[in-house]
Amino acid sequence: MPEDKTIQQLGLDEYKFGFRDPEEYFFKTPRKGLDPEIVAMISKHKNEPEWMLEFRLNALEAFMERPTPTWGGDLSGLNFDDIYYYIRPMENQGRSWDDVPSDIKNTFDKLGIPQAEREILAGVGAQYESEVVYHSLKEEWENQGVVFLDMDGGLREHEDLVREYFGTIIPPDDNKFAALNSAVWSGGSFVYIPPGVHVDIPLQAYFRINAENMGQFERTLIIADEGAYVHYIEGCTAPTYTTNSLHSAVVELVAKPTARIRYSTIQNWSHNTYNLVTKRAVAYENATVEWVDGNLGSKLTMKYPAVYLMGEGARGEILSVAYAGDGQHQDAGGKVVHAAPNTSSRITSKSISKGTGRSTYRGLLKVHEGAEGSKSRVECDALLLDEKARTDTYPYIEIEEKKVTTEHEATVSKVGEDQLFYLMSRGLSEEEAMAMVVNGFIEPIAKELPLEYAIELNRLIQLEMEGSVG
Amino acid sequence: MLRIENLHVEVDGNEIVKGLELEVGRGEIHAIMGPNGSGKSTLANVLMGHPRYDITEGSVTFEGEDVLELEPDERAKMGIFLAFQYPSEVPGVSVANFLRTAVNSVREEELSPMEMYKLLQEKMAVMRMDPKFAERYLNEGFSGGEKKRNEILQMLMLEPKLAILDETDSGLDIDALQVVARGVNEMRGPEFSAVLITHYQRILRYIEPDRVHVMLDGRLVTSGGKELAEALEERGYDWVRQEFGAGAQS
Repeated sequence: MPEDKTIQQLGLDEYKFGFRDPEEYFFKTPRKGLDPEIVAMISKHKNEPEWMLEFRLNALEAFMERPTPTWGGDLSGLNFDDIYYYIRPMENQGRSWDDVPSDIKNTFDKLGIPQAEREILAGVGAQYESEVVYHSLKEEWENQGVVFLDMDGGLREHEDLVREYFGTIIPPDDNKFAALNSAVWSGGSFVYIPPGVHVDIPLQAYFRINAENMGQFERTLIIADEGAYVHYIEGCTAPTYTTNSLHSAVVELVAKPTARIRYSTIQNWSHNTYNLVTKRAVAYENATVEWVDGNLGSKLTMKYPAVYLMGEGARGEILSVAYAGDGQHQDAGGKVVHAAPNTSSRITSKSISKGTGRSTYRGLLKVHEGAEGSKSRVECDALLLDEKARTDTYPYIEIEEKKVTTEHEATVSKVGEDQLFYLMSRGLSEEEAMAMVVNGFIEPIAKELPLEYAIELNRLIQLEMEGSVG
Repeated sequence: MLRIENLHVEVDGNEIVKGLELEVGRGEIHAIMGPNGSGKSTLANVLMGHPRYDITEGSVTFEGEDVLELEPDERAKMGIFLAFQYPSEVPGVSVANFLRTAVNSVREEELSPMEMYKLLQEKMAVMRMDPKFAERYLNEGFSGGEKKRNEILQMLMLEPKLAILDETDSGLDIDALQVVARGVNEMRGPEFSAVLITHYQRILRYIEPDRVHVMLDGRLVTSGGKELAEALEERGYDWVRQEFGAGAQS
């Protein structure tokens, strides 16, 4: 009928006749808190296969059953009922650039971030792609058979592969926050590298940055097939402003025999967030996994990248840098499990504390019986920048095999008055001198990052020390 | 250029420098000799602005400006340089990176990376240093001789107007001593002044001083030309103490 057609053409039918179905209704009235209905809606909205919905619902049950851990940082301020688990209310999405705190804007200025990116990072933009760079790289990857998609896309286009590995390295009931992520995950990356393929340029999720991806509950799965190599860089270094108080990501890595995966992160969430992450890798025969982990932001971070050495000759390395300024707590470190002979591992942790900041090293070294000929070295160094700063170390060592070599070293140092005087006598201001000492302190780890990241890492720490980042 | 008047310095309640007076003109090289405990290093550190010392009386002016209120970095920017007796280690910071930052802090106009590289190569050649040295972490694992050479290398790169060398000669063999002397002599000119603080006369054979002072118990008790250094070598500090004793400076 002509009347209907006109209304449709005007696109007003929705408005006039109300919402069409419950799903639409749901997304127009978002609510806080978590229950099976919300989880079901998330899965439906993404058009997921039945098994994923089941996976999510089982995970939700595990989440509800487990108590909040008390052994790490202080989680008493975290209220699960006060969080939006998927869609944010319209007012939030309508938030403008004007609402972004000025200290965040200042940091963007200092880091020279382009305006379009700033909006994404501040949660006020919609989508941003580094068009030219991304598309030409995309072509090269496709030619090599490399799969690099967001997790939703990965599930859609490579369902069997995803199903084989998803949740197998980190089972949903591993811990409360892995369970939460397993129930409400959204965004993150799916990466598959075919046998023998070496990806020369680091893969960066940054290329596909958009507000949804940078979510609270990213889920990443990376599979490097036999003999493959990939370096994946998560996120980016600029401060990420969000009203979300909880970020709980899960990252699973699989390194098949002789494959190598390096996964680098510099986390810089705004100082009002809880950043609780589970990252774990499995390395098979003669495979290598390296975690390079930088923790600068957040109110509380609890993160212990892990490598399980399952095949003979496998190698795991964890390089961790943490900076805790006033009011921050970085509870970080690493876990290595030797479950096969002649495996080797190395954990290097550098933590810096200033003011009321507290940085904690928490690490596990476990060597199973039968893992003969295994070697491990753990080094955790702490630098205290002033009188109030605090650092703690909790190394857990469980060795069940006699024929192994392990080394453990821990140091705590302060910036000396003489050291500062020496540097200042060469024209450096006190801030510049402190920054130089800190720079030198993290150098063994910074040199493992691509140059532009190393420079940004140092610059960010300097800004944090000056107190100019929110 | 440098004028010190009636300087009194205390540390932890003990007076170390007791009314020291000194004037160093532009283009002059002075030597201050004294036994251990005379307060030589305290003087050097105070001139550079070490926070641990209390100035209880007196003044220090550099090119007419009062220096005692200034931070060490401000003094460096004015053109004052101290070659430390015990340079600090800074792990993870290469000599090259450190020098680049220091040179650009002190100069009015920053040098480009190419200019910096050239300057560094040039000065390292003067100091007979292997270019690879620049990649080592600042003072970490350096021998005594390497540390002292590195101090002089810094001086050559920073081009100060006044260099205070705090026992730069101690612990050096003849070769190292000659290299250090070469570095100082390179800088000699109407715009460069230096105060060599030393225990021994040896270095003064390679760097000819314009004036020599003897420091005892926190003050300069006598001054003279380079013959004073030779006399001291022959007769020792006890002779000085007897001759000039705890008396006020003339």
